[in-house]
Amino acid sequence: MNNQIFDAEVIKRDFPIFDRKVRGGLPLVFLDSGATSQKPRSVLDAERHFYEFTNAAVNRGSYLLAEEANEAYENARATVAEFLAADVNEIIFTKSATESLNLLAYSFGNAEPGSKLALKPGDSIVVSEMEHHANLIPWQQLAKRTGATLSWFALKQDGRLDLDSIDQVITDRTKIVAITQQSNVLGTIVPLEAIVKRAHEVGAVVVLDACQSAPHFAIDVTKLDVDFLAFSGHKALGPTGVGVLWGRFELLDQMAPFLTGGSMIESVTMTDATWAPVPRRFEAGVPNMAQAVGLAAALKYLTDIGMDRIHNHEMALTKSALLQIAEIPGIKVIGPQDTNSRGGVISFTVDQVHPHDVGQVLDQYGIAVRTGHHCAWPLMRKLNVVGTTRASFYLYNTEADVSALVDGIRQVQKYFKV
Amino acid sequence: MELDSLYQEVILDHYKKPAHKGLATKFSAQVHHINPSCGDEITLNVLLESEAVKDVSWDGVGCSISQASTSIMTELMIGKSVADAFSILENFMTLMQSKGTQKGDEEVLEDAVALAGVSKFPARIKCALLGWMAFKDATAQGLIQDADQTKGEE
Repeated sequence: MNNQIFDAEVIKRDFPIFDRKVRGGLPLVFLDSGATSQKPRSVLDAERHFYEFTNAAVNRGSYLLAEEANEAYENARATVAEFLAADVNEIIFTKSATESLNLLAYSFGNAEPGSKLALKPGDSIVVSEMEHHANLIPWQQLAKRTGATLSWFALKQDGRLDLDSIDQVITDRTKIVAITQQSNVLGTIVPLEAIVKRAHEVGAVVVLDACQSAPHFAIDVTKLDVDFLAFSGHKALGPTGVGVLWGRFELLDQMAPFLTGGSMIESVTMTDATWAPVPRRFEAGVPNMAQAVGLAAALKYLTDIGMDRIHNHEMALTKSALLQIAEIPGIKVIGPQDTNSRGGVISFTVDQVHPHDVGQVLDQYGIAVRTGHHCAWPLMRKLNVVGTTRASFYLYNTEADVSALVDGIRQVQKYFKV
Repeated sequence: MELDSLYQEVILDHYKKPAHKGLATKFSAQVHHINPSCGDEITLNVLLESEAVKDVSWDGVGCSISQASTSIMTELMIGKSVADAFSILENFMTLMQSKGTQKGDEEVLEDAVALAGVSKFPARIKCALLGWMAFKDATAQGLIQDADQTKGEE
């Protein structure tokens, strides 16, 4: 497929949901992949195939189905590892990226006092002002539980982080830097190099929220040089109910478990337990096997097409949308105005029309966008907006979708007479 | 167009010129309510006198539905006895839960029947109820305070 011309119309045919009609029999213009992506047939088939042919609890049974289930699940782990250019033993399946980040926060909170990852009063955790709630609240609460302080990179007017003060934000007391690779609201891509360098200088670990990046461009954890990375399956064409946590083996190996129970133990008595090696130490209970298998199918689908080609396609759409939106009076793009270091996410406001009302009118034309605070309430307060309307692009979006959005915005203004 | 059942002219009018917006200084109780799913916020003051709604004033940010609905509510409630106000509120709640099957009793709800169409859009019902729930909460608190004061005076 790699040698063929990238044709989103052809790709769209792999996604059964686009066969359905929405309001008034209109085709679906899906511009909310930042919230969740649609699923290609190969993912649905992989999940169904698992249930129809190999369904059995992994890590337990001694019969054929259990062996096959185990193999399918571990192959899925290998596929994820390949996707991130990581080692297979460094991949942990969770139920969501939110769980991945909480796993880290709780595991750090459970660390033996004095160990590398343990926090004490006076230590600092660094985030940014544009974090999604999922990469803010776990750290904010960890800080509260341990007496550590929470510091953050501020947002500048142009929708980028203020890194001029990096040496004041990341200090000798910093233990954890948790940051997004791409803002879910603004599309801003964070320049990680300086942050990672500074964090490692002071002996801190870097946790990367890759929810908005891993589905959209190629990731190589070695090149990024971060220490942990989380992303969700459902935003990367995979099923819901499966997320990924990647971490450096030597760090994971030192870490205490988060959830305890079956599968994650080495030995158990009535009064004590010891832990299984990584990654199983962090996978308590029967995992979401079919979903992990579905996610592997999704990542294969993405890599077969090529992450670079997907990214280029999304950036072409973003560029086109930014240019066309700029021509409409009364529309303000929130965040970077050009395609430099930004992804395929565009947040905007319509003068005198609340985002919910924008979304409602767009829905009438079959256009699905996200409206509101995007689980980034502190960012909304900083930007001094009640919320925004967000269009986010993926590989199945077309220029026709961009035109529908632009026409739709004009209809919003007409409807509300602004 | 289906949208017109949601955004009736009277709603857009209230949205552009909301009634009793701007907080009065005299009140029996003040509440602050948030719709966490969309971030809409309202601060609402209720002034009670002899178990009647003497005044309602409010301020906040939100979509046309939440703003218009709150505006309509204030016009309905001011001057009513608390008992009547709660009865109107119940009536409105029932309308909002009707999934588009009811038109609303204009005798009771007046302009608020224009919001009947909201009940067909599940995601918007919370918007329409934001101001009403704030009113219910503030009035209940106001009643308790009044009762406490009366007790103190006895």
